[in-house]
Amino acid sequence: MCQVGEDYGEPAPGEPSPAPRPSREQKCVKCKEAQPVVVIRAGDAFCRDCFKAFYVHKFRAMLGKNRLIFPGEKGLSQDSAKRLRFVPGVIFVDEGAAFGKSLEERSKTLAEVKPILQATGLPWHVVALEEVFSLPPSVLRCSAQEPAGSEGAYKAAVDSFLQQQHVLGAGGGPGPTQGKEQPPQPRPDPQSLAGPPAAAQTGALSQLFCSVRTLTAKEELLQTLRTHLILHMARAHGYSKVMTGDSCTRLAIKLMTNLALGRGAFLAWDTGFSDERHGDVVVVRPMRDHTLKEVAFYNRLFSVPSVFTPAVDTKAPEKASIHRLMEAFILRLQTQFPSTVSTVYRTSEKLVKAPRDGPAAGDSSPCCLLCMCALDVDAADSATAFGAQTSSRLSQMQSSTPLTETQTPSGPCCSSGVGRVLGCGQGACRREDPQACIEEQLCYSCRVNMKDLPSLDPLPPYILAEAQLRTQRAWVLQEIRDCLIEDSDDEAGQS
Amino acid sequence: MPAPPCASCHASRAALRRPRSGQALCGACFCAAFEAEVLHTVLAGRLLPPGAVVAVGASGGKDSTVLAHVLRALTPRLGISLQLVAVDEGIGGYRDAALAAVRRQAARWELPLTVVAYEDLFGGWTMDAVARSTAGSGRSRSCCTFCGVLRRRALEEGARRVGATHIVTGHNADDMAETVLMNFLRGDAGRLARGGGLGSPGEGGALPRCRPLQFASQKEVVLYAHFRRLDYFSEECVYAPEAFRGHARDLLKRLEAARPSAVLDLVHSAERLALAPAARPPRPGACSRCGALASRALCQACALLDGLNRGRPRLAIGKGRRGLDEEATPGTPGDPARPPASKAVPTF
Repeated sequence: MCQVGEDYGEPAPGEPSPAPRPSREQKCVKCKEAQPVVVIRAGDAFCRDCFKAFYVHKFRAMLGKNRLIFPGEKGLSQDSAKRLRFVPGVIFVDEGAAFGKSLEERSKTLAEVKPILQATGLPWHVVALEEVFSLPPSVLRCSAQEPAGSEGAYKAAVDSFLQQQHVLGAGGGPGPTQGKEQPPQPRPDPQSLAGPPAAAQTGALSQLFCSVRTLTAKEELLQTLRTHLILHMARAHGYSKVMTGDSCTRLAIKLMTNLALGRGAFLAWDTGFSDERHGDVVVVRPMRDHTLKEVAFYNRLFSVPSVFTPAVDTKAPEKASIHRLMEAFILRLQTQFPSTVSTVYRTSEKLVKAPRDGPAAGDSSPCCLLCMCALDVDAADSATAFGAQTSSRLSQMQSSTPLTETQTPSGPCCSSGVGRVLGCGQGACRREDPQACIEEQLCYSCRVNMKDLPSLDPLPPYILAEAQLRTQRAWVLQEIRDCLIEDSDDEAGQS
Repeated sequence: MPAPPCASCHASRAALRRPRSGQALCGACFCAAFEAEVLHTVLAGRLLPPGAVVAVGASGGKDSTVLAHVLRALTPRLGISLQLVAVDEGIGGYRDAALAAVRRQAARWELPLTVVAYEDLFGGWTMDAVARSTAGSGRSRSCCTFCGVLRRRALEEGARRVGATHIVTGHNADDMAETVLMNFLRGDAGRLARGGGLGSPGEGGALPRCRPLQFASQKEVVLYAHFRRLDYFSEECVYAPEAFRGHARDLLKRLEAARPSAVLDLVHSAERLALAPAARPPRPGACSRCGALASRALCQACALLDGLNRGRPRLAIGKGRRGLDEEATPGTPGDPARPPASKAVPTF
């Protein structure tokens, strides 16, 4: 492909011509004995057992290489290296209410999912998305990381089924970990034995999602709420890690999607192996080296059961959302240039989690209210794309119409240069425009998403409560800033 | 239904809606807003200090035409002087018409114009000759590679001839967005690490380059040209359809349809990328032949020309590069001197 470092117009390097189909005489490339059943990458044919070994090896190597799951353990012996020494639980989030599925449909899906969860032999939890309405605001606070070793008994990981499990089983598999640990007595979570969630909450959730204007914003909101919910469950049950089943293909698509959404600053967190932005709970993606094809074949060859549940964008046309567009584009480009996904993946490995430069950096740097990444916009951004949006506000501001939310893609009146131009104080903003005050606590891409929400009221109460708390805190800090003594050498007292 | 009044002056009837904000404006107010935004870009980024002699890369196309026009309107405010520099790549039937447009513009605006031709600068090689040479080895796509590199050199040379202190090009927000998409799809970590900023400050003796239109979307550039009744040349280069950038451009069009702010969102993403230090290109040195900025013994332009002259046009592209200097080290991935295959868009 037109790839840096390759000759133009030639097929993928290392091949004089497209790979010949494995002939009947060809043996598995690894053990060289058995008949191959699947072709991975460009022409590597594996037999069933070697494929399983290859798949599991990649999974383990990804965990071991990143040394994240066993932070305190030293000197793993040869034997113990063969076993994954942690006890994962499995969590399933029922999101049916978000796209208007009836209670019967949802209980039907649950009836299919529960046996699968039970069959894994791991502790499992089922939770409905409506529960976001009972979350506490503390979910949005980055807790400090717990010191390694203090949770020795609970060094557990939670497998999270991705909502979009296609028939071929693209979702996170308990497969690789099956049968490798001492399975505890499977005990269902008491919470999931409760009846269906309160109708009021279901109504509130569907109202929230119906009010979102674009599919792109819906998908992003869904992801945000799901993340918060899983985070809360993990904390409640003492899990320190959350594993998701994102494959290489999905992560490549996710990377390009997030690029288009304005999340360029956070790509390393969104698509890297580990994501510690929440502090005490780390999101881990152990399957990021496996292509979707490998996952599909694994599930098929080893009969890993999966359930297909329609997602918020099922049957939507290709143009409906950025996510759909990017997925279709990448998969189409992949047919023409077979190294597309691996190229994007390799590039993603070169991304680092860089702190934002400037006086806002450090432990006290503000985090986005929703996605909990360090804010990537501030008042100094006059010479950037963000600044370009705010400056176009300036030229519109001549006629000094009051700010309405349709006119506020970004840069609310408080802390940006525009506000200073208009001379409005923070106190005034707080009273007149709570929406703008919430917006300034969001990162760039969350702000763009919130534009598609005509009113922020249907949001779950924990978000609004936390936003209010932060605004008040910031206001208080502003009041006393003159009296505080700062350690740093930077010029103090910038307001 | 009658057109709404202009949201800015409230006097005239609105003639357009700005693509980004949907605001209804009359022609004059839109042009004023556009110019104000370009001015803000230049001032906020401190791109063109007072007293600068600015060489405008003029291709005759809409971007460079709008750029020249806006900068000309802003010269009293900025305290700069303008020089038009046009590059003649020697593409028959295409470049001649474009150059005619540039000459008309120069005459109308009374700006000095300098034309530099590949044929003179690069030992008789025109793009048509390059295309013939590369077509023989079955890679017609790579002629865009040559054009990009050589054009940048030609522009630099033309700017020097007129005594310029800065070079400006007409890249708009869509170009920047396409570039970041393309660089990810092609895995060009080196270029990702370098690009996305406000142009290059000009290291190692190269002139500083910037893109004053980089936050203006393509639609707005076209709208501006329409309302100011600017005369420009609007055909696509004959070699362009082969370039990989076409995929990125297609994707960008669709993204914009799904979300109008996609272009600026991508530019925002590009500005905030954080790449590992190893991915960043090494400190550049000087080409042993022509003295220009280079990250290896020969700069890319000299390397490409060398290959052409030796009858081995692939020499400086891809793995064939190894044959260039016999003791060459294998090419590192993400070589910053390698330009993207693109329609006549110089590398940043």
